[in-house]
Amino acid sequence: MIVVRDLHKQFGALQVLKGISLRVDKGKVVVIIGPSGSGKTTFLRCLNALEIPTGGIVRIGEVEIDFARKVERSQVVLLRKQTGMVFQSYNLFPHMTALENVMEGPVTVKKEARETARQKASRLLAKVGLADKLDHYPAQLSGGQQQRVGIARALAMEPQVMLFDEPTSALDPELVGEVLKVMKELAQEGMTMVVVTHEMSFARDVADEVIFMDQGVIVESGPPEQLFTQPREERTRQFLQRLQA
Amino acid sequence: MPMSPNNMMANPDRLNRLIDIAQSSFLPLVKGALYYSFTLAIISFSIGLVLAVLTALARISGIKPLVAIARVYVSIIRGTPLLVQLFIIFYGLPSIGVRLDPIPSAIIGFSLNVGAYSSEIVRAAILSIPKGQWEAAYAIGMTYGQALRRVILPQAARVSVPPLSNSFISLVKDTSLAATILVPEMFRKAQEIVASTYEPLLLYCEAALIYWVICFVLSVLQDRIEKRLERYIT
Repeated sequence: MIVVRDLHKQFGALQVLKGISLRVDKGKVVVIIGPSGSGKTTFLRCLNALEIPTGGIVRIGEVEIDFARKVERSQVVLLRKQTGMVFQSYNLFPHMTALENVMEGPVTVKKEARETARQKASRLLAKVGLADKLDHYPAQLSGGQQQRVGIARALAMEPQVMLFDEPTSALDPELVGEVLKVMKELAQEGMTMVVVTHEMSFARDVADEVIFMDQGVIVESGPPEQLFTQPREERTRQFLQRLQA
Repeated sequence: MPMSPNNMMANPDRLNRLIDIAQSSFLPLVKGALYYSFTLAIISFSIGLVLAVLTALARISGIKPLVAIARVYVSIIRGTPLLVQLFIIFYGLPSIGVRLDPIPSAIIGFSLNVGAYSSEIVRAAILSIPKGQWEAAYAIGMTYGQALRRVILPQAARVSVPPLSNSFISLVKDTSLAATILVPEMFRKAQEIVASTYEPLLLYCEAALIYWVICFVLSVLQDRIEKRLERYIT
């Protein structure tokens, strides 16, 4: 489903991604962990071209882009159609209700009929537990509720892959659970997911593979049972120890 | 019969005459204000706003020729007095064969002026929208144009209501300059009545009062609009 080959990204003189390669099969959940500055968020944002890599190949589903060549805008839009992204700061459209936020993609981008889009959006919002908040504006919702709207909005575009950029990092602890619950259900339904997070419990319970990144490279990867209890690399060990402390 | 024009208390005839002039001039002045001054302001502001948005978009587009055109336009308008701009259009252009009537000249002059000043307001408003909004729009597959139209501009519009309202209220007062290029708006009417009654203080104060009332009503409207848009914030 996702194939990444030798991804590089630099900002001016700063090399943030130094050759990342990765495969994610359909239906798998991959969790990326690592210290801040490791490049994990930049890597995630390369998957839907919110950051344009300086080199390497990204393939999602049937769509492949070689970033060593000149990249056409149409390619980028096509890649983004395969993915849905959930942001750390939710980024809901404040001038639209929850329902309108979820409907916006299908109506404006996919040119669906408003009524069809409205019904699908209602169902999605009910699925994430917000059936009674359809006509609320983001300002009237809690962080956890806003994030769930964000998930519904991404799902409304029917992506092949869902990308989560530290989805619970901005939430009060008591609201984290409701978002993780929705993410777990999504995983159980077979969605291919790439999640950057600090929530180790989520990684342990749901991930098929955990990837540890540091300083722009993948240091180690493996199933959560193995990586958390018997990490092979010293850097991984140090990072996990710091988290436990 | 000796008259002391400055001694109103001692001269009931003078007071009555002033009241008469005030009453009979009121309607023509208000007409001048509503038919010309206000209409001029509305038309020029509408055109100016379109110009402002286009200029702002050109400035942030990053496309070098567009950025240059936008900068030059704004620099010229902001660097020269509005009065001089109006004179160039109405009195200056005929020398190269472009003869425009007073009202079209005024509309062109005011629109260009509004366009330049308001483009900075619109540009600042667009740039104030958090980058995350662009990213969320792109993430669901929107193009630049769709993101602008559906996500960014609606939010920028709300942010720009206070400064743009100021611009409009300023414009209503600036329309008095159209008197100098022969548009029969309120200030020119006041000048004409002064010419026939020799009561400048009365007439100009009357005109000022009418301008003030119009601006007051506009600022009340501005309050209402801001309150209506407040539901989008916490």
